[in-house]
Amino acid sequence: MAFNYDQYLRVEKMPTLWCWGCGDGVILKACIRAIEKMEWDMDKVCVVSGIGCSGRFSSYINCNTVHTTHGRTIAYATGVKLTRPDAHVIVVAGDGDALAIGGNHTIHGCRRNIDLNFILINNFIYGLTNSQISPTTPQGMWCVSAQNGNIDPTFDACKLAIGAGATFVARETMLDPKKLEKIFVKGFSHKGFSFMDIMSNCHINLGRKNKMASAMENLEWIDSITTPLKKWEALSPEEQMNKFPTGVLREVQQAEYCDMYDMVIAAAQGKRGKITQDDFAKKI
Amino acid sequence: MAREVISTGNQLSALAAFDVECMFFGGYPITPSSEVMHEMSDLLPTVGGKFIQMEDEIAGISVALGASMAGTKSMTATSGPGISLKAEQIGLAFIAEIPLVIVNVMRGGPSTGLPTRVSQADIGQAQYPTHGDYASITLCAGSLDECYTETVRGFNLAEQYMTPVFVLLDETVGHMHGKAVLPDLEEIKANIVRRKRYDGPKEDYKPYKAEMNEAAVLNPMFEGHRYHITGLHHGETGFPTEDAEQCQFNIARLVGKINTVAAENDGLDDLADYEEFMLDDDCDVVLIAYGSISRGAKEAVVKLRADGIKAGLFRPIMLWPSPAKRMKEIGDKYKNIFVTELNMGQYLKEIERVMGRSDFGTLHKANGRPIAPLEMVAKVKEMF
Repeated sequence: MAFNYDQYLRVEKMPTLWCWGCGDGVILKACIRAIEKMEWDMDKVCVVSGIGCSGRFSSYINCNTVHTTHGRTIAYATGVKLTRPDAHVIVVAGDGDALAIGGNHTIHGCRRNIDLNFILINNFIYGLTNSQISPTTPQGMWCVSAQNGNIDPTFDACKLAIGAGATFVARETMLDPKKLEKIFVKGFSHKGFSFMDIMSNCHINLGRKNKMASAMENLEWIDSITTPLKKWEALSPEEQMNKFPTGVLREVQQAEYCDMYDMVIAAAQGKRGKITQDDFAKKI
Repeated sequence: MAREVISTGNQLSALAAFDVECMFFGGYPITPSSEVMHEMSDLLPTVGGKFIQMEDEIAGISVALGASMAGTKSMTATSGPGISLKAEQIGLAFIAEIPLVIVNVMRGGPSTGLPTRVSQADIGQAQYPTHGDYASITLCAGSLDECYTETVRGFNLAEQYMTPVFVLLDETVGHMHGKAVLPDLEEIKANIVRRKRYDGPKEDYKPYKAEMNEAAVLNPMFEGHRYHITGLHHGETGFPTEDAEQCQFNIARLVGKINTVAAENDGLDDLADYEEFMLDDDCDVVLIAYGSISRGAKEAVVKLRADGIKAGLFRPIMLWPSPAKRMKEIGDKYKNIFVTELNMGQYLKEIERVMGRSDFGTLHKANGRPIAPLEMVAKVKEMF
């Protein structure tokens, strides 16, 4: 039987504002299927989005939703989660949103290891504002804000997340919705900050002037720059430079922020001593 | 029973938040407001409340707003540069009608300015902290007692009017250390205002369905009333719209729920919007001052009277919306008005607007130092 998305969607908001062939819809559907797998009660789910095409994600999914300002998703979501640790909080942001204007919050969300499920919709461009370079736009591509070609070095979002301490880091593309669903289930199941870099297409504003004007051509390009982690590890260092590994790149268990805050509460209420370095496995 | 405590203005502001059952604080360190944060980090976990120091000022207010959206009473504290950074999020709080108390312990500006010295130069910023149209509620504490009472009031107003509220302290009153007399705690608790809740059928819930000059009714998250919060213009269900009539209504309602309501009811609550000190019918001169500067102005009034000039003081407490009705009466009644502020005349403009005259004696400074009473006295005497 076909999956019934309607109970998870605000069907009266359909069709979406996203362009024909956009990956955002595929990611939304995979996210919904993962939520069903998790058996989450939608009354207990909050989706927080920022500004850009991905910002509309929150208005289509039928739960508690917040469409915040540009770049600040993780900070708002942290307030929601810390207030209600029992809730499931999904954060959706684009590459410009999360890596440029909101880069600082991305770093510190990862560092705190608060149990947020962070979906980066990485389409390598500012799509909604008509094709300006983002931190993930490849060098040499043409954009309206790089009329002679982009010279700005690109950004590996997962390396940032790992460096900042996210305890679950994964990358997938919207080419394989089944894999996407699986990675979401893994990320949602993980206790701690789950950083999921989902590479998606914007054939309209990235592809059109970079010889991939159809969704298919744009997706073929994404396919050409990604490879599963196992295969990636077998590549030479030179080859690795031109491919992004996909799959789960990091998965470790560390104390989650809301749980750690419970230690603060216990200490403040005299139910335990002050927190010391001995409370943590890692001393520095 | 009233409580006598020895404390500082910043600590009393935090204590007020705690007493009024604020359960969340998000912020970032900044002089001269950091003690509000220190105190909250200590107080909140004792009752299971949440405190978080964020990575920057923007995150400091964003996290606090997220908590408020989830349904909890929330606060942030900062100083002028912090307000500048928080400005965009304050706008989201205005349009999405998210209650929040923002304490601003004012220091000299612009920019980094005078971090450890007093100013009242954020009065204009408090009125219009962010782009777009809205109306701000701004309270200004003039004493240690008021650092407490005006913070309590700020929370009650934020929850009633579903809006961010500024509580202005300044470096002098924030760092002042002394005795304060606080109201009875039971009385504070009994008068706590909590945001309205919708209890009707879930399918009929429209959070932003509000009549003109009324506030939205936003239920806590996770209790079954799923809805959408956005900084975009939105209709009664909360979803984005660009409908011209709706957008105009939204803004008229946001401004009206504060300004029109205050004008029609002579204030937003039953508490004093101003203080009058020795303001007799036959005063020769009325001094107008607010915040910590009003303390010196009181002394100036006494000294002037000793020197044979019958002076009185009018001290606004709710700066925005201004206590316009009483201010106008004073402007009409008294020949000599003297305005003194620790800025270059930010509230003077409002006084001129309300009174419809500009023939005032003035003393405005922006040097990071309190204004000495004798300096005020000398300046007032020039009017005679």
